[in-house]
Amino acid sequence: MAESWSVPSITRALLPILLALTALELVGGLTLGSFEVTLLQYPTLLVLVPVMIGTAGNLGSILSARMSTAFHLGLLSFDPTDEKLLGNTITTVLLAVSVFPAVGAGGWAIVAVTGDPQLSVWRVVAVALASGLILAVLAIVVTVVATYTAYRAELDPDDVVIPVVTNVCDVLGVLVLFAVVQLLVP
Amino acid sequence: MSVRSVVSNAYRSALPVVMLSAVGGLLAGTILGGMDTELRTVRGLLVMVPAFLAIRGSVYGSLGSRLSSALHQGLIEPIFEPNERLVNAVLAALLNGLAASLAAALLTFGILSVLDTSVAPLRVLVFIALLGGALAGVALTVVIVVVVFVGYRRGMNPDDLVGPAMTTAGDIFGMASLFVATRAAIALL
Repeated sequence: MAESWSVPSITRALLPILLALTALELVGGLTLGSFEVTLLQYPTLLVLVPVMIGTAGNLGSILSARMSTAFHLGLLSFDPTDEKLLGNTITTVLLAVSVFPAVGAGGWAIVAVTGDPQLSVWRVVAVALASGLILAVLAIVVTVVATYTAYRAELDPDDVVIPVVTNVCDVLGVLVLFAVVQLLVP
Repeated sequence: MSVRSVVSNAYRSALPVVMLSAVGGLLAGTILGGMDTELRTVRGLLVMVPAFLAIRGSVYGSLGSRLSSALHQGLIEPIFEPNERLVNAVLAALLNGLAASLAAALLTFGILSVLDTSVAPLRVLVFIALLGGALAGVALTVVIVVVVFVGYRRGMNPDDLVGPAMTTAGDIFGMASLFVATRAAIALL
């Protein structure tokens, strides 16, 4: 047991995953870099970047933690009429609908206090809500696929699914924000 | 259990956590929104931001769940005194965080150079990644150890505290450290 608390053994377990997710997160970073001009032009969108990434990752990690637990307890089947699967799926969408408009309005208000937000509050809320709904659907798809894959590969979903889903959702957060901004911001 | 009760339970337990971490994310965003001068000066900094924040979340989330499991197993005591296991876990978190930050800086510089995009000198990105990683590491170690130990002493399950504490504090301290490190890089290099 003392062995697993040495710096080298912790590093052996942690560093490979950490380097892989760093490379994955750079996909999100490069996307941000590609619309840096728009983000610097509209400070409200820049303010929204960390919270969009974080909230998308959070929805994914909460859903995957619940699915992993249900799976361990033998309460989950991959049937669309399964109560746990359906219930947690609906919850993810409801959470997105509750949180993302608040996030958009909050981000707009912060910029309005200190300067000129450049965009109307409605446009910012629309960007946040549209991104949030798309992200909720993607988070559900990614989580179900990842949990099912772990189940088929006989891996413990706690070890694999949560880090994978959280980081994939982080990256999707940026990609979706990018796409929605292209559509909704002139 | 009906679908309605699954939804109602899951929604009520998750909403406060998601809202709390959204507040943290907005505060981090406020810092990022104020960094437009720095972002224009240090090209490539924005590309590192998601990786930098995610590294903090993974490293210190993992430290938190390790400490929390160890408390449950009686391997460490919830007292603020140097103990070999505690020191090793904290040191490993700091070193791994720095190694991954360094990798993020090297990859950002490498990819942007290959893409022929304008990018700050490598030493600037490396300086920011390492100083930012060290500052965030110290702050988050304090937050995690205090939250886990104090929560455990008060009879709460530290497992439930690690996630929300990390997603909230990780974004705020990660972004603030990146801001201070970037200011230092612009002043010194």
